[in-house]
Amino acid sequence: MKGSKLLIDKLKENGVDTIFGYPGGVLLPFYDALCESDINHILVRHEQAAAHAADGYARASGRVGVCLATSGPGATNVTTGVATANMDSSPVVVLTGQVPTAAIGTDMFQEVDTIGITMPISKHNFQPRSPKRIAEDIDKAFYIASTGRPGPVVIDLPRNVLEEEIDISSLTINTDIPGYKPTKKGNLKQIKKAINVINQSKKPIIVAGGGAILSDCGKQLYEFAKLANIPIATTLMGKGIISEYDELSLGMIGMHGIQTTNRALTECDCLIAVGCRFSDRSVSNATKFAPNATIIQIDVDPAEIGKTIHVDIPIVGDAKITLEEFINQMDKTDNANWTKELIAKKRDNEENISYTQIPLKPQECIKEIMEAVTADTIVTTDVGQNQMWMAHYYKTRNPRTFISSGGLGTMGFGLPAAMGAQFAKPDANVLAICGDGGFAMVSQELATIKENDLPVVVCILNNRYLGMVAQLQKLFNDHVYATKLTATPDFVKLADAYGIEGQRVEKVGQLRESIENAFKSREATLIDVAIDREELLPIVPPGQSLDKMKMTFDEE
Amino acid sequence: MTNKHTISILVENKTGVLQRIAGLFTRRDFNIDNISVGKTSVENMSRITITTYGDDKTLEQIIKQLNKLIEVIKVREMKPDQTIRRQLALVKIHAPTEEDKSEIIQYTNIFRGKIADVTPKTITVEITGNPDKINALIDLLRPYGIKEMTKTGTTAITRGQKTL
Repeated sequence: MKGSKLLIDKLKENGVDTIFGYPGGVLLPFYDALCESDINHILVRHEQAAAHAADGYARASGRVGVCLATSGPGATNVTTGVATANMDSSPVVVLTGQVPTAAIGTDMFQEVDTIGITMPISKHNFQPRSPKRIAEDIDKAFYIASTGRPGPVVIDLPRNVLEEEIDISSLTINTDIPGYKPTKKGNLKQIKKAINVINQSKKPIIVAGGGAILSDCGKQLYEFAKLANIPIATTLMGKGIISEYDELSLGMIGMHGIQTTNRALTECDCLIAVGCRFSDRSVSNATKFAPNATIIQIDVDPAEIGKTIHVDIPIVGDAKITLEEFINQMDKTDNANWTKELIAKKRDNEENISYTQIPLKPQECIKEIMEAVTADTIVTTDVGQNQMWMAHYYKTRNPRTFISSGGLGTMGFGLPAAMGAQFAKPDANVLAICGDGGFAMVSQELATIKENDLPVVVCILNNRYLGMVAQLQKLFNDHVYATKLTATPDFVKLADAYGIEGQRVEKVGQLRESIENAFKSREATLIDVAIDREELLPIVPPGQSLDKMKMTFDEE
Repeated sequence: MTNKHTISILVENKTGVLQRIAGLFTRRDFNIDNISVGKTSVENMSRITITTYGDDKTLEQIIKQLNKLIEVIKVREMKPDQTIRRQLALVKIHAPTEEDKSEIIQYTNIFRGKIADVTPKTITVEITGNPDKINALIDLLRPYGIKEMTKTGTTAITRGQKTL
């Protein structure tokens, strides 16, 4: 059997049904074998999109997403997606082509040191130098990508390894990895300690992050929170772990979080972090973060404990398994006053978003988006103001239905991630919320959407501006430079060029209708929404504590 | 407070492991003072000894981040009072006269070093031992004029029955 055939067999064995890829010379043996298999190959138009699509597929489904790029420029193009998946702990397996082993190191045509390049931006990487290694490395890659703290694993495949014949009857596979044994069960003594602290606390808060979504602990988290009557805030990555319409939900914390929630964090006396890595965007100033709280951190990755802030009670383990133990040991507690007060405060401060002017206010757009979606609609966002408007105002109801590039903040993520999510959930309504800047980085993927008849709905919140950077410039430097997109194309015409239905929205009420109609039609639709250029997003200025939130430009 | 730490790392003996570890130190702004690598008695396993500076928090992160690497099997900090640390140095000294040579040989003998090479104008000394001892000899030899010197990284093992 050829190495490439073995590779495909192994992929199938690991449950792969879809690969997002872009071919190249060294991958010819791979494609030869692929065309005889029933794995679905999705030809993207840029390798970065392949990685983001695999990532979106993984985040929407919880399964491992797979992408493929050729050697050299293919591999370097894919790296942005690898780093994105790495920062957000997304289980992705990235296959890259490589020049034949005999030529490695000779600067051959389209050769690049993919292993060296991806080492610091992946969970792990492999380069099988003989076809004998393929089976073992593929199994290990899927295991590493999907267990412990998930992450991207790169497998760099030299051409000759794909071409050579191998006698699989003589193949031995040893998938033991002596240095990789993730801890799943939290330490019982630590859990007891934590419960004691929670029982004595008067003002407890839970902050759930992306790790909570990854461990699928929504049910356990909610049960625990109900039992102990503790409100749940989330990070950007934790959005959806409980419904944000629920009374225990406090919404998002951090730089662009909810003001009352951020203030409550500064006030709380006990903070239970679940799968949350205390990133600077969530915490802002680490020394002023939850200054009065005993901090309990549940995380599957020991290296996240105490990395940015001091943690009093660390519990290393899978959130779901650990929370089950909490539920077993926890008696019902009473923080009713604090919780009730907080929830009331949050409700009072929720902005009454009703605008009728032209151009549309983004808040109005988010409101209409919320009215047009159902609980199972998957929204992806790009990066920038569009993302933070969604994170701040959009209420997510289910885990894995809010997909966004958190850690790396990768512009161009939203559209390809939506493609990936749509492949993972073919029956779901998938809505990509983009800014005009990020959309322009990946607009070529409209071709992929068209080619595969994906009913993805793309909504561009178009302010002809790189709004997030402009906002920061205005707030802190009092100027706006290099952030105006004066030569933005007509996106409706662009959609038309790709054979996709395009619509322009300028008035209140139109967006909701457009989205509803697009979902009903099950056809790809691009909606270009003309929005106001001057709209500030609530922000905690970098370096400030979370209770120092700026709500308007003039506020001191 | 910034302290000197010796860390011992057991790794799978695979291509690129050293690059992974060095890369981790660079990326996370940890410092490598010196490093030594060699095979162990177990097949396919190597041992890396790193000397580094940092406060307790940094040390904790170094150990945790190293543990995260898939090919790292074990990481331990080596407590100074329970650790045997050794280094090798080769020192080429300017020694044009018989008197110089005789003095250098005497010093070397006191420190249980060896004479590795002699020419009419130079003498090359080989010394192994605790890094402090090596530095002490080098200080004695410096006035003669050190023409060239090379040192290995420190390697270390725990005293007594304990193993990594």
